[in-house]
Amino acid sequence: MKSSASRLSLWLLLTPFLLWIVLLVLVPHIQMLRVSFQVRESWDTLAWGLEQYQNFFTESYYWRTFVRTGVMSLFTTFLTLLVAFPIAWYIAKMARGRSKGVLFLACLIPFWASELVRTYGWMILLRESGLFSSWLQALGWADGPVEMLYNDVAVIIGLVYNGLLFMVVPLVTTLDGMDENLVEAGYDLGGGHATVLREVVVPWAMPGIVSGCIVVFMLTLGSYLTPVLMGGKDSAWFTEQIFTQFITRFNWEQGAALGVLLLVLSSVMVWLGLKLSGQSLRKVMG
Amino acid sequence: MIRSVPRSRLFDGLYLAYLVAFFVYLALPLLVTAAFAFNDSPFPSLPWQGFTLDWYLADGVEGRTGLFHDDSLLGALWVSTKIAFWVTLGSVALGCVNAVLFERLQFRGKEFLYLLMLLPLVIPGVILGVSILVFYSGTANEVSRLWGIELDIFRPGMTLVVMGQVTFITTLATLVIGARLRKFDPQLEEAALNLGATPLVAWFTVTLPWLLPSIFGAAAMAFLMSFENFNTTVMLTGSDTPLTVALFNRLREGSTPVLNAVALFLMAVSGLLAMLTLRQNRGS
Repeated sequence: MKSSASRLSLWLLLTPFLLWIVLLVLVPHIQMLRVSFQVRESWDTLAWGLEQYQNFFTESYYWRTFVRTGVMSLFTTFLTLLVAFPIAWYIAKMARGRSKGVLFLACLIPFWASELVRTYGWMILLRESGLFSSWLQALGWADGPVEMLYNDVAVIIGLVYNGLLFMVVPLVTTLDGMDENLVEAGYDLGGGHATVLREVVVPWAMPGIVSGCIVVFMLTLGSYLTPVLMGGKDSAWFTEQIFTQFITRFNWEQGAALGVLLLVLSSVMVWLGLKLSGQSLRKVMG
Repeated sequence: MIRSVPRSRLFDGLYLAYLVAFFVYLALPLLVTAAFAFNDSPFPSLPWQGFTLDWYLADGVEGRTGLFHDDSLLGALWVSTKIAFWVTLGSVALGCVNAVLFERLQFRGKEFLYLLMLLPLVIPGVILGVSILVFYSGTANEVSRLWGIELDIFRPGMTLVVMGQVTFITTLATLVIGARLRKFDPQLEEAALNLGATPLVAWFTVTLPWLLPSIFGAAAMAFLMSFENFNTTVMLTGSDTPLTVALFNRLREGSTPVLNAVALFLMAVSGLLAMLTLRQNRGS
């Protein structure tokens, strides 16, 4: 009797979970994979084929953007880590009492606004008629309006800005749990700053670093608004091409193939990140 | 470099300068966005022309239409609110069930299912939107072609947007509520059972009140994430555009201070919601 009741409760709880994961995640992704291998022969006949993937490799525009997006996302992730680490260190180890909480909350402030609003803020600052340009002219450092928007540097500034929170929070959480005696011991044993950082701090903070990097990389790779609104003509982003295929060209088969490629890229990078650092997804995310 | 390790004054100064620069970098875009919502000029740029509330209140008579008279933006705001409501309801309910499933029950394949639960977090939002569009809208097209039945709810529109957002917000809600449930002492529930409560009564009088702060937190987070989402939403939206998509379309036509007004309004609402959640969590 008891076991049948617990079986029942297990199934009652398992059913919503399974419905969610199967209907909203697994089946749609399998269908996307299937569609990416279909070639439209006429308006209502489909055949299996690799045409979409061939297009990707033969049209240099596709794969160049793909590689560019991947490399720039990696660079952005690394830069975000560099920018965030000293901040996280200060909040976790140097600030005391109230200022600790206040600084931590201050890091969350940008996330009161959506990505669109944040990007819009950067556009107001960086564009030709923007604030930086006006200030430079007022200071006499520039003769005419300066255009700082629509280039790769602007895109990276915006992307790092978007990722910071997701880097700072896990870093603060792991660094907070670190025993300061470990650092002191490192110095007592004759280690310099670099040695202590490399041998003591970074290994301890690894779960936080990996989880921050994974989230920031994923967000950057999949971002659309920042590269589209802040990038120039030459700074195409891969998500942009997926949108183009679906929304302006109605070429679902090609769009699905590009989507699968992006998913493969992000999965491989996440997997590599976990393998190289010896972490597991459960420990990093859950 | 901790408090007990001696540091040079130069290092301290540099560190402090870096901290200040960092927080200026964080605040600047939002501050200027907010400030230009009140500039009496048709463009959100310098010079400062004086303070005005036109970008909220103007009724279109002098060529300016403020946010509160802009029917298309207000309509979009309402669409976003409806979507966020359903997403919050769906993902928090699913999150509660999932949290109990993974924290309290033992069953075969649990580890694998937990990884599946985390999966939506490592899929880019664009792909979540695309896959749901391809499957549901594609199915609706096929059904219409083969049998002439129109499954309009699976065409791009509010239902699909809600489904797309629930996909990943549920994972976040599960993590938030699960973290709180992990700290729950099961003996409390056993005590209730020993005192004669049925499992259901024990759940509603002991466990649920314990979870309540995390449920509120998860709900606030779900609401904000749904409201602000663009990448998944834009693939699935139909004729009734939500606010982020409407703002994006406006922004591509050119920027006006009305956009700043909307942005500031959104920041105020999210700030308020965040504050309420913090207070709620501190209270308990």
